[in-house]
Amino acid sequence: MNLFLEAIEFIFTPVWTIVTTERENDIVARTGQHLYFTFISLVAATIIAVPIGYAIGHTGKGREFAVGLSGAARAIPSVGLLTILALAVGFTARPIAAVIVFLVLGVPSILAGAYAGIESIDKRTIDAARAVGMTEWQILTKVEIPLGLPLLLGGIRNATLQIVATATLAAYIGLGGLGVYIFEGLPTRNFVEMLAGAILIAVLAIVLDGIFALLQHFAVPRGVTAGKPTELRATSARRRTVAGVPAESSKG
Amino acid sequence: MNWLINNLGLVWTLSLEHVALSIPPVIVGFVVAIPLGWLAHRFRLTRGVLLTVVGLLYTIPSLALLVILPPIIGISALSATNVVVALSIYAVALMVRSTTDALDSVDSDIKQSATAVGYSAWRRFWTVEFPIAGPVLLAGLRVVAVSTVSLVTIGAFVGVRSLGSLFTDGLQRSIPLEIFTGIVVTVLIALLFDRLLVLLGRVLMPWTRVGVANKKARVAIRSLEATS
Repeated sequence: MNLFLEAIEFIFTPVWTIVTTERENDIVARTGQHLYFTFISLVAATIIAVPIGYAIGHTGKGREFAVGLSGAARAIPSVGLLTILALAVGFTARPIAAVIVFLVLGVPSILAGAYAGIESIDKRTIDAARAVGMTEWQILTKVEIPLGLPLLLGGIRNATLQIVATATLAAYIGLGGLGVYIFEGLPTRNFVEMLAGAILIAVLAIVLDGIFALLQHFAVPRGVTAGKPTELRATSARRRTVAGVPAESSKG
Repeated sequence: MNWLINNLGLVWTLSLEHVALSIPPVIVGFVVAIPLGWLAHRFRLTRGVLLTVVGLLYTIPSLALLVILPPIIGISALSATNVVVALSIYAVALMVRSTTDALDSVDSDIKQSATAVGYSAWRRFWTVEFPIAGPVLLAGLRVVAVSTVSLVTIGAFVGVRSLGSLFTDGLQRSIPLEIFTGIVVTVLIALLFDRLLVLLGRVLMPWTRVGVANKKARVAIRSLEATS
């Protein structure tokens, strides 16, 4: 546990007293880089994925494609993708390599959130909207998008987690971010510095996730429950059988 | 192609080491998640606590976990044990969620019927709920297996040999083919694990060959496929 105290001390030690290597950057700047990469990639991934996801959700076509895509993205090791792209694009264009990797990680989650949000809506609601004379565009913008919002936000939240975790690897190809502390400490076996970096990254991920949890909670109008996981925990079957409470009617 | 021809032996050894690192976390994830998933399924209090804890654990980035874990459990950061323990934590975190969903998907009418014909709670769990939850458990396990195989490569950074070593070595020596080989073989191993699990599912759950009839289970499987 001593190592943890030292790591925390490292985090709160003013920059100019750290004697490992010369450093023009401090923790705030590296957190900024980390967040910058995360934010840019997240915005790009959202712009790419949301329209496609809505198209899949609204038309019901192309679902297999999206599932296949997320399966493939899960199987591809991000370290491998990052290193091969870094080699392919050359030294100066490495940020592009990093952003492509983050897109590959982020797009499938957001895509899934977008179409799953629409899929989760009761088909009768959509039929009703069509029956009262809404155009397809109105159905999409006034019914499907608002009702699917919770799951879309869930998808963006997943994507954020993946990207913020992988942004750590940006330091491996010399792009900065909080991963610097880990990759700087590795060759010299400086576990205090590595631990400090790891703690910062973990805290950043947890804070971002918390912000999204709050967003998810507040961005959803009170009447919207579509897509929210319903509490399925039934009372003990034994207790109900014994007490003779009628079984809940199974929904069609 | 020269690199590949000269290093086929290395790729084979690394593949075996990769597989050896991938299997324990998947098994640990499956086994440990059964009691935890049951607890989360059964009691409201434990559900909140467990799902929050596994959510937090899953939030910690893998490389950070590889660094934070060793001082806590007292092992070397550069050991294979470290990688296996870290990946087991992720596997458990993912599987607790899936197991909870899987047990939730079992129709309460079925559980009541089992109780009515005299099953004890223990026997009902293993012979009724667990098999019926099977398809959702399998879907969760497939996600865990594929992501574990892919995550093993992170271990290369702390010097634990796997196909990930081809990435770090390939970047240092500027051999794109070396990295490409690593990616392809990792994906192939992930695919192999996935197919094996599907096959295992067919053998152990012959009734699912015609498709999953339970609507709740279908919804749970769909959301697993899409979102984890």
